Amino acid sequence: MKLKLATAALAAVIAAGPALADLTFSALSYRTGPYAANGIPFADGYIDYFTLLNERDGGINGEKVNIVECETGYNTEKGVECYESTKGSGALVYQPLSTGITYQLIPKVTSDNIPLHSMGYGRTSAKNGAVFRNIFNYPANYWDGASHAVTHILDLNGGDISGKKIALVYHNSAYGKEPIRTLEELAKKHGYELTLLPVDHPGQEQKSQWLQIRREKPDYVLMWGWGVMNQVAVQEAANIRFPMENFIGIWWSGSENDVLPAGAGADGYKALTFHNLGNDYPVYADLQKYVVDAGKAAGAGDQLGTALYNRGMYAAMLAAEAAKTAQDIHGTTAITPAMMRDGMENLEMTEAKMAALGLPKFGPEFKVNCENHGGNGYGAVAQWDATTGKWSLITDYFQSDQEILQPLIEEDSAAYAAENGITPDCK
Amino acid sequence: MFYREAGDFKTTYTEDSQTFPIKFDRYRYYAVLLFAFAVVPFIINDYWVNAVFLPFLIYAIAAIGLNILVGYCGQVSLGTGGFMAVGAYAVYKLMTTFPEVSIFLHVILAGGITAGVGVLFGLPSLRIKGFYLAVATLAAQFFLVWLFNRVPWFYNYSASGQISAPERTVFGVPVTGAETAPWAAYLFCLVFLTASAFIARNLTRGMAGRKWMAIRDMDIAAEIIGVNPLKAKLSAFAVSSFFVGISGALFFAIYLGAVEVGEAFGINKSFLVLFMVIIGGLGSIFGSFAGAAFLVLLPVLLKNTLVGGLGWPTDLAAHLEFIIVGAMIIIFLIAEPHGLAQLWRVAKEKLRLWPFPH
Repeated sequence: MKLKLATAALAAVIAAGPALADLTFSALSYRTGPYAANGIPFADGYIDYFTLLNERDGGINGEKVNIVECETGYNTEKGVECYESTKGSGALVYQPLSTGITYQLIPKVTSDNIPLHSMGYGRTSAKNGAVFRNIFNYPANYWDGASHAVTHILDLNGGDISGKKIALVYHNSAYGKEPIRTLEELAKKHGYELTLLPVDHPGQEQKSQWLQIRREKPDYVLMWGWGVMNQVAVQEAANIRFPMENFIGIWWSGSENDVLPAGAGADGYKALTFHNLGNDYPVYADLQKYVVDAGKAAGAGDQLGTALYNRGMYAAMLAAEAAKTAQDIHGTTAITPAMMRDGMENLEMTEAKMAALGLPKFGPEFKVNCENHGGNGYGAVAQWDATTGKWSLITDYFQSDQEILQPLIEEDSAAYAAENGITPDCK
Repeated sequence: MFYREAGDFKTTYTEDSQTFPIKFDRYRYYAVLLFAFAVVPFIINDYWVNAVFLPFLIYAIAAIGLNILVGYCGQVSLGTGGFMAVGAYAVYKLMTTFPEVSIFLHVILAGGITAGVGVLFGLPSLRIKGFYLAVATLAAQFFLVWLFNRVPWFYNYSASGQISAPERTVFGVPVTGAETAPWAAYLFCLVFLTASAFIARNLTRGMAGRKWMAIRDMDIAAEIIGVNPLKAKLSAFAVSSFFVGISGALFFAIYLGAVEVGEAFGINKSFLVLFMVIIGGLGSIFGSFAGAAFLVLLPVLLKNTLVGGLGWPTDLAAHLEFIIVGAMIIIFLIAEPHGLAQLWRVAKEKLRLWPFPH
């Protein structure tokens, strides 16, 4: 038995050796566990986009893309194992799609000089690239999201929300706690009253929180949820007949999986987003032709066009564009993680670029630089229509309240720099 | 042929009652120690340390701790995750409050603090037994996790509620933080594991261990022959929590570096360590090692074989992993209800007679 195990281990180690050449992208995905419903579409979109680049364009500027997928189950221990096992393969950038794993990896990637892109999650103050050299969180972060939600509520109320009651239902973890600070600051500025309602992992049990909402009758409910927690919250809100148009989720609480179980009850539910939704884009024709019809779609191939699939695709597109930028800067197609970092720091997304990629008006325009690793904080509000089963944007992209956010980011990143002995510099 | 007592003469009581009475065993033990301390640090890399060695070493300490409580003293506990969290948060507070004191001392102090908390939650064991005690310790698990999530003082008021370990050094070599060399982290944990195993083994062979076992086998009888159940049970809780606390401290400071209490120290952790103890063998120090190795290495091995070796989709491999690990647990428990330690014991008995069993 021992001999067999040893042989198997040896075989596994040999087989898991690094694949040379190519541009390697890691996909730390989760297709199992309580967050799988959200993890699968993102992972599919991420991988499918790279498959499309390989099949249609022969890779990125002639360099084939090699994807190394690793299952984390949204679990930090497995995330660390995945990081260690894939970094040897020369992965250019990490996108763990988990705030917990992001926190874990921030010191590790910095010491290994590999970039980490936490798109719309992770540590918000990583926006300050002078402190967080290898961490990027463009195009928007949680604090932007909190501000977007409040701005939207302001717009609905003609700019005055003093005395209104806003409740935050959040996943009781690093992820869910992120917006609290911002919402408190905004409460000071706009004079609303904030109630905090934590929901413990995995979030199936929310009866008491919604009972409290029913009792206190807040005017608006914001939600920072993920995985099964979203579905339960939308269902509970429908059960207590909370007016759905006053219920606003962060972008991670705005996928089809979250609203479909509640059926017609979810009609009118709103969620923030930092990219466009639906499948009405030229790139989808190519995806159909080169990936789906060719039988090369990742997973079951049934997620195309969903909100999270689009987000995964958007993440892959930004990574591919950063890789192209890096290739331009360094004049070589075979880039290393360190070069990829430079590419990400000089990334510029313009409307012309997105249109050329078959994704016109898909996301906001932004430009990354050393002081700003987080984009300009543009986002929009989407609303769910249960009869047609579609999300649609009900606002244009608007900017978050930088006046409030910027000092918070400075403060938090300075604290991190002091704790870890980092001298902020932009050279 | 080589594995027998014959010819190995003992002339003192100390020699007669040593842990490894058979010469071959003794040399094997020295060889393992030498290999672990003098060879492994030179050949390991980041992957081996973070995916295999650190979890194994740390879970082995936790399993030793729980084994003292469950295996030796017979008090079922489902609070391991909570006690590990106490160790982790204790070491975090100590590290950040007294940065000039050695991390080595901090880890030991964290164990001490956990021992205190363990005694507190062990008090109900004087009145309640068996499943009821398990439920009481389950309450400890949930209460402690809730507490660390609820009170911002424990995580130094950080916005995210996460705690992350700043860099600390031992003899000028960083052992926590991102700059840690693989061998440093490994050796740091190995020292703690070796010391824990040594202490635990000798405690269980002495008066304290005999009292625990007497309580485990029949508490009324133990009381009649003069074992004080209050002292015996509470000392078991204290010693057990001490080791569990050390493992929690190492788990946070050395292995993960950043921790979120609900996720890292949830009820799953309690079950995982309990399974290690049961599969490894109740009431055996070697069993704690075997159980930890089994539950840490098997998933990594399966993953590498299925995904890395055979190129299967990751989700299929992950689900299959649950099935295989679950099935192996059941098979082991049916084939050998006393755990891997018993298999080892039987193997040793057979070896002693080999090659002439009759």
